[in-house]
Amino acid sequence: MGPLIAYDLITGSTNLLFAFLIGIGFGFVLESAGFSSSRKLVGVFYGYDTVVLKVFFTAGITGMLGLLFFSLFGWIDLDLIYINPTFLYSTLFGGVLMGAGFIIGGFCPGTSICAASIGKIDAIFFVLGIYIGVNIFNEIYPLVEGFYKAKFLGSPKLSDFLGISDGIMALVMIAMAIFAFWLGEIFEKKKKPVIY
Amino acid sequence: MEDNKVIKRSEKYMNPYLAGVFLGLVLLSAYFISGRGLGASGAIKSTTVSLVKTIAPAHAEKAPYYKEYLETHPGNPLNSWLVYQILGVIVGGFLSGALAGRLKFKVEHSPNITSKKRLILALAGGILFGLGAQFGRGCTSGSALCGMAVLSLGGIMSMMAIFGTGFGLAYFFRKFWVNI
Repeated sequence: MGPLIAYDLITGSTNLLFAFLIGIGFGFVLESAGFSSSRKLVGVFYGYDTVVLKVFFTAGITGMLGLLFFSLFGWIDLDLIYINPTFLYSTLFGGVLMGAGFIIGGFCPGTSICAASIGKIDAIFFVLGIYIGVNIFNEIYPLVEGFYKAKFLGSPKLSDFLGISDGIMALVMIAMAIFAFWLGEIFEKKKKPVIY
Repeated sequence: MEDNKVIKRSEKYMNPYLAGVFLGLVLLSAYFISGRGLGASGAIKSTTVSLVKTIAPAHAEKAPYYKEYLETHPGNPLNSWLVYQILGVIVGGFLSGALAGRLKFKVEHSPNITSKKRLILALAGGILFGLGAQFGRGCTSGSALCGMAVLSLGGIMSMMAIFGTGFGLAYFFRKFWVNI
């Protein structure tokens, strides 16, 4: 039955309409949770506001459990959904650059667009920065192409990689998330609240 | 009095766990309907390619990274799933901000730094993130969040690298954010 687009239950144009509606939900939730504020986002790295950790892990777990149950009920074919590929070096290096960008700029791409939509001028500068970054990558691509495509492992799941079932993997992720929530709550109580 | 009311209203954010469940359901519906997850940096890449294609078509043809993109994504780069989704994000963010009384042009920064410094840092952070999202083949949403939901090895590695680096560097950039 699902994904609807893969089973031709909706047309390509309807799919794009859904993209727009899904985007509205995405932007609305990000803004409502406070992700339009860089000082709130960065709070996770200093322990005074761990909203990022809570929203991110709850969303990840909800999506993960939803997909696993939908698959169990036969509502979605997980072989037809996009699984991120793994290029070992490029993925790790990209993550390091993104982490640095996060702590320096205070946003990530989705949150910067969301913050720009309510008028945060710093967010607009962040979005401009992303454009520049993409263009820099394009200019240096011939130099880094080898590195970018090195150590391609296909699109493995962490559960396959570790040789455990998806269900056990999900349980481990949930346990890790609960531990992270607990740490987050402790840090928030200890740190002096930051007014912003 | 009126001022206090405004501040109080703008502080009223959704419970983070509830917001997380909603975000997870949005993500689930993206997979169920379109067979793919959410994303942000991909839409910026599409608009960049489209912009370069319009302003300097010869350059877009020559530049190998954009050429690869145009070959694997036939048609107008703006007519893509992620671009429509990001237009939705702008609308959704605006609606939520409007309902909560948070629509305001401003540069948000810690009292330790000036607006100008904040803007330079935001631009620099954006450049790093834009570069990193190319190497990572997706950003916090497309790679880390979606990767976690589908248990992708690459996505979970990306998540750990992003947050690990953030925590690792937080000490060095503390003066930009907190009073220490």
